[in-house]
Amino acid sequence: MKKFLVAALALVLVMTACAASAEGAIKIGVIGPMTGPAADYGVSVANGATIAAEEINAKGGIQIELNIQDDEHDPEKSVNAYNNLWDWGAQMIDGTVTTSPCIAVGAEAYNDRMFMLTPSASSTDVIADKDNVYQVCFTDPAQGAASAQYIFDHSLATKVAVIYNNADAYSTGIYQTFDAKAKELGLEIVAVSTFTDDTTDFSVQVTAVKEAGAELVFLPIYYTPASMILQQAKSMEFAPIFFGVDGMDGILSIEGFDTSLAEGVMLLTPFSADAQDELTVNFVAKYTETYGTVPSQFAADSYDAIYALAAACEAAGITADTSAEDACEALIAAFQELEITGLTGTMSWSSTGEVTKTPTAVVIKDGVYVGAE
Amino acid sequence: MKKSNKKLTSNLITYGIVVVAFLLCQLAISGVIDGFSMSRSLKGQLIPICVYIVMAVSLNLTVGISGELSLGHAGFMSVGAFSGIVAAMWLSKGMGNENELLCLVLAIIVGGICAGIAGVIIGIPVLRLRGDYLAIVTLAFGEIIRNVLNCLYISLDGSSLHLAFNNPNIPGKLLVNGPAGATGVSKFSTFGMGFVLVLFTLFVVLNLINSRSGRAIMAIRDSRIAAESVGINITKYKMMAFVTSAVLAGMAGALYGLNFSTVTASKFKFDTSILVLVFVVLGGIGNIRGSIIAATLLTVLPELLRAFSTYRMLIYAIVLILVMLATNNPTLRSAVDRIVPRLRKSAARKESDQA
Repeated sequence: MKKFLVAALALVLVMTACAASAEGAIKIGVIGPMTGPAADYGVSVANGATIAAEEINAKGGIQIELNIQDDEHDPEKSVNAYNNLWDWGAQMIDGTVTTSPCIAVGAEAYNDRMFMLTPSASSTDVIADKDNVYQVCFTDPAQGAASAQYIFDHSLATKVAVIYNNADAYSTGIYQTFDAKAKELGLEIVAVSTFTDDTTDFSVQVTAVKEAGAELVFLPIYYTPASMILQQAKSMEFAPIFFGVDGMDGILSIEGFDTSLAEGVMLLTPFSADAQDELTVNFVAKYTETYGTVPSQFAADSYDAIYALAAACEAAGITADTSAEDACEALIAAFQELEITGLTGTMSWSSTGEVTKTPTAVVIKDGVYVGAE
Repeated sequence: MKKSNKKLTSNLITYGIVVVAFLLCQLAISGVIDGFSMSRSLKGQLIPICVYIVMAVSLNLTVGISGELSLGHAGFMSVGAFSGIVAAMWLSKGMGNENELLCLVLAIIVGGICAGIAGVIIGIPVLRLRGDYLAIVTLAFGEIIRNVLNCLYISLDGSSLHLAFNNPNIPGKLLVNGPAGATGVSKFSTFGMGFVLVLFTLFVVLNLINSRSGRAIMAIRDSRIAAESVGINITKYKMMAFVTSAVLAGMAGALYGLNFSTVTASKFKFDTSILVLVFVVLGGIGNIRGSIIAATLLTVLPELLRAFSTYRMLIYAIVLILVMLATNNPTLRSAVDRIVPRLRKSAARKESDQA
């Protein structure tokens, strides 16, 4: 018991030593799920932000101090984390990572006048009616509509089927806008099939879309169920064009997944780890070396978020002494003017907080992402 | 005479603890005394603490007093949360009522009624079962409620409400948007209301326990056959405890829902039911005051452990195990008895004097 107490005390001391603040650094709070079912996204965001902060600090000039807090993908815990960061003296927030916590924290931040830039919370509810919340990622409607537009413009198919997760806000949100846009453009949706988080067998869904004679299957879902659908389709000798969105990113790095199954899969994504530009190559190398995995889109979005915040701070003349309220107003003004090129493309922001950048379509060929025509 | 006096004192102490805690919090929030103020982090948790106290006390009514292990308590909370949000938003946006307190009170009442109805519907088939079977079935019902809420779309169009299953294309502004949950909720909940709700819960539960019905409920818990043989209506009294517990959970849910600008059905997974059960078990099954203290401490604890960063939840779990072991350790218990023997002796003497 005594030993445990000593160990616990030592741990506390070490933690407080780590948390000792650097002089003159701008304090940025990061909120995301570091534990729990969505931990993968939160950890990616934390890692991406850490790399960006280290790079910026190494350059001299603006100094950044990060404080990363866990929210377990729960709005209640997320508000707790936010309050904790407020006590710490955060001047702005990089977060939160997931949608519903972001809405809850956004309301608090709006009342406090604290600037928030979310790397990955993609619902429009996140930025609705709040002038202080900005996004780095596309909104769900933008993704759904852009996908329908892309399919239409490139005449990929006339008969389209959709398989989506109707227990997931992200998936449902994209489906709803895809459906609306497809109807507007005159794309024929021949089948819509749904599943939930617990589904592990997709034979029903795949059979339904196969029997409807779909030429293209739109999958606005995350990569794990997508990989199972591809497997199922292969075993049923059903080979339409599979079209995904950014949640599909990461499908090639699933352990034990036969990448030949994903041959010809198309997806709209702002970031692919196999891109050959200098920025991406450097980032991927650094990330892989430090954390031992290939960075996902979340890490890239977060990396861009920190750079965008740093650039905006520089432009607005924000220092470590600026209060969060003043920083908020200055950052809102600065973000209107800001244009920055990062890992996920060249970004600029509208006054609603929505980002403008071009989604790029990639297609999987021989196990790697290649830019689609 | 002696017994009722003792109970009265015990109940008054419980009320007293809650009132004193509330006054201390108010003092700390106002910051009148230098050096005695509350961090933002703690301030933000006051309403969740009230919610979890109500949840724990109401579950204790089912688990401790009625003796039925229920694992679906979060289900009633979610019914209360969603119906409360819809009621409050309808009154404030649909009817243009600007009195926030009125909206909150309406939400709590509607939340309580809806959860009570769910309690009756679930209670009728479920209370025929006993023990483990009952636990599993309540768990299943909790999951059913959550899955139904995942498919539920409610919109507000002017002052009328539209409701649909699995179809988001309904006129008006969506209040409840399927798996995305309720978004854009106004924050009506206040700590004062939370305090009133805790007092109300205590009032209901403590009075029920010490009433004729309460004694009947406990008689059924202790021996169903004996209770039946003296003519106690088993179903009636079991339902009474179960539904009261559901109503209170629904009220807590409404307070919870209106404290955050968004609530999703996935919050009310059975993890939350288990969490509330942990409060009850840690505080002592059947011990109302223990539930209050356990709910408060275990809600604050994870936040106090933030310094441990990623090891936080691991340490939380370890603390939980240690506390459970410590409270059940006979050596420790006798040690506590040795430290406070005088208190107990004097209490015993008083009792014998009264007798």
